[in-house]
Amino acid sequence: MSKIQQINRRDFVKLFGLATGGIILGCNISSDSKDFIPQIEGTFAPNLFVQIQKDGNIILMASRSEMGQGIRTSLASAIADELEADWKFITVQQATGNAKYGNQNTDGSRSVRTLLAPMRKMGATAKAMLITAASKKWKVSEADCFAENHFVINKNTSEKIFFGDLVEEAAKLTIPDDATIQLKKVEDFKYIGKTLKSVDLKAFTHGTATYGIDVRIPNMKFAAIARCPVTFGSVKSFNANAAEKTPGVEKVFQLDRLVPPTGSFFGALGGVAVIANNTWAAFQGKESLEIEWNYGENHSFDSEKFKQTLTNRIKEKGKLVPGSTGKVDDAFEEAAKTVEAIYHVPFLVHAPMEVPNATAWFQKNKIEVWAPVQDPQTARAELAHFFEIPLENITVNVTFLGGGFGRKSKSDFVVEAVALSKKIKAPVQVVWTREDDIQHSFYHATSAQYLKGSLDTNGQVTGWLQRVAFPSIVSSFKPLSEYASGFELNQGFTNNPYNISNFSLENAKAEANLRIGWMRSVVHIHSGFGNNSFVDELAFAAKKDAVQFHLDLIGADRVIEGRSEFPYDSKRMKAVLKNTAKVSNWGKTIPENHGLGVAIHYSFYSYVATIVEVSVINEKVKVENVWTTIDCGLALNKDNIKNQLEGAAIFGMSLALYGKISVKEGAVEQHNYYDYEMTRMKDAPKIHVDIIEAMHERPTGVGEPGVPVMAPAICNAIFNATGKRIRSLPLVDFGLV
Amino acid sequence: MSKNLSINGKSYTIDVQDDMPLLWAIRDIVGLTGTKFGCGVSQCGACSVLIDGTLTKSCSMPVSYAFGKEIFTIEGSSPNLEFLREAWNEGNVPQCGYCQSGQLIAATSLLDATENPTDKDIDAAMSSNICRCGTYTRIKKAIHKAVALKNESI
Repeated sequence: MSKIQQINRRDFVKLFGLATGGIILGCNISSDSKDFIPQIEGTFAPNLFVQIQKDGNIILMASRSEMGQGIRTSLASAIADELEADWKFITVQQATGNAKYGNQNTDGSRSVRTLLAPMRKMGATAKAMLITAASKKWKVSEADCFAENHFVINKNTSEKIFFGDLVEEAAKLTIPDDATIQLKKVEDFKYIGKTLKSVDLKAFTHGTATYGIDVRIPNMKFAAIARCPVTFGSVKSFNANAAEKTPGVEKVFQLDRLVPPTGSFFGALGGVAVIANNTWAAFQGKESLEIEWNYGENHSFDSEKFKQTLTNRIKEKGKLVPGSTGKVDDAFEEAAKTVEAIYHVPFLVHAPMEVPNATAWFQKNKIEVWAPVQDPQTARAELAHFFEIPLENITVNVTFLGGGFGRKSKSDFVVEAVALSKKIKAPVQVVWTREDDIQHSFYHATSAQYLKGSLDTNGQVTGWLQRVAFPSIVSSFKPLSEYASGFELNQGFTNNPYNISNFSLENAKAEANLRIGWMRSVVHIHSGFGNNSFVDELAFAAKKDAVQFHLDLIGADRVIEGRSEFPYDSKRMKAVLKNTAKVSNWGKTIPENHGLGVAIHYSFYSYVATIVEVSVINEKVKVENVWTTIDCGLALNKDNIKNQLEGAAIFGMSLALYGKISVKEGAVEQHNYYDYEMTRMKDAPKIHVDIIEAMHERPTGVGEPGVPVMAPAICNAIFNATGKRIRSLPLVDFGLV
Repeated sequence: MSKNLSINGKSYTIDVQDDMPLLWAIRDIVGLTGTKFGCGVSQCGACSVLIDGTLTKSCSMPVSYAFGKEIFTIEGSSPNLEFLREAWNEGNVPQCGYCQSGQLIAATSLLDATENPTDKDIDAAMSSNICRCGTYTRIKKAIHKAVALKNESI
């Protein structure tokens, strides 16, 4: 169940005596159990705050990083709704990286999922206190009062008092008992489930939002770092003569790699650092360095050869993964027909518009950082580890993030900034060039998959064998991890949405020669592509309609409990698919040279079905239309959800059409947006997003679930249009874009 | 040697290398950070500004080119930019917001030149600006909306 019931009175506190003279309510929330931050028994640290000031302004302290997913707005809406606040009085402040704000890691599409209930509760508690304060003033019972649009209203006399004018009185009250707090009914929601505009619009349209790269500290320096082209290579020698002569350059020195301890943290790559009095000078200085590298053991890495290696491995039997059921071999033996296919996804990189950067000031026994980080607490813990500074003396100020997509939860660039500041004894901002970002990232892994399926005489799927190989994210923390881990395989492989009686999943070896990390929707990119491409191939082999084939494969209504606190409900999976088929007019005649493709996926506990229409003219693919339906439970901010799904369609398109990081002699071959391309306005399709009304369900992920369906839906649509089956991404490799 | 840079009608005296890209002069020397760095090679449009009304990627234009000219950035204001801002608000366009400075400047340049842009005009004018969050559909809608707002106001 949701955490509402678990927050007892002990978990709410009230803090007084603020300069502003308002009241603050704090509550303690713990996130997903796996992220639970242990608390010492008997102590209580509030980590989410709402402050109501005398002028009526309400400030929410947001504990999640804003990177475009609209979380500041979404969380504020939950509080405002229960509080019966007027939206114009709501502002959101960013929490600094500090344990008292709870787990602040912004990934896994989890923010709303974990914070909604406590936020609502907090709003309702504050409202109850304001009502009590008003009832005392009027000397009437609380039942005679209600709150509406920032006022408490006397039912009998219609008198009203502004929230701000009740703050002083309300601050004197004890927190009402938990049992007396009533949350609003779904039908009564005013902001939740409605369309709300971002609280940050004005800053975004005036260039006044401060991103990491916009941080300015008096007397700060700017830095660029030349890193070894080969992962974990080191500096053998360097000549800084030209760099030092670059106008604006002040210092050049070697920065050693900081190796993270096994099991945690990200460390920093090291290289040669150039310190200057402006960013451009630092970049120029870096360009003119002459460096000889020790390339190290990753020098021989070649991604094309690696693709072949993985392909060979998945042709052989791999390690059987728990969750496999039935007897696939028997199913294949008895089949009317079997189908086999191999799929590939290349390495990918996030390339957020704002490059990695961080500003740090190391002073004696104290560190302050300003940075666009998704996970300020890990950054903080990492700094404490590497620089041996007590955690309480480290502050990480979270700026706006110019896109994150997973890149900015790795705090290597923060570690770099602090190392530089420590060395030069001044505040410094390290800025990565776009080339640095493309060539020294934590890459989304490449993968190879082998699939074999069997059909009976009725065209029903009787067996499904899937062998997968991809370098594990765990390798970035434990260097010799050479098999995908359980938590990765649980992203769409062990828990595909289908009901197949004979199912085998096998895991093959894949070593890492780049830093591997998560990128928006993570392993679901592989599983979504393999599963949906293969189902389409099976449907074709069975001579069946692809949507109906998917529905049959999802099977009868069933609810699977126990895999997580969110049961999988096949009815909801079928409902999103049926809706998408309906709104896209699936089955109707489409223009010549056009094709339709379908994909479904269950990720971050949300259900998504997407149908894509492409045209293929002169062997060039254009994505014309995208219809996506999501069931993400309670839809907190509908327009924001639509925006996220529209964005996910473009993100998924970019990776399907263009996304490919290739490596030769250990070095990434791409440089910038000219050879790691993105979908642009002229290629953007019409995107139609539907949100299933499921206001009584708990909210589930929104930021990521729209991505994994895109590549397979596009490839299936190309097959539908041309009969050409694309099993290896990206399309640009086949001359199709 | 000190030179004058005129940005949004205000004059700034700066001392920089002639070959420093205008972007860095605006951001690091003048201190206006609304204009963004995205790629450094004219590929993404995050650094878009107007120089004497002409849309320019400031990351690839030496500052010396802009001396004696009028530079317009996201911190500025013009009738078309204000209609666009209103439309951006109405359409709840931004996600992370980082590229939107450049998008708005590029859209301002489009509206300055074209009264009633078609979808094709918008595609042509806006395809030099990357939005990694993928807000293209909303940007296109908002540009049409800005035109409508402008026409209503006349």
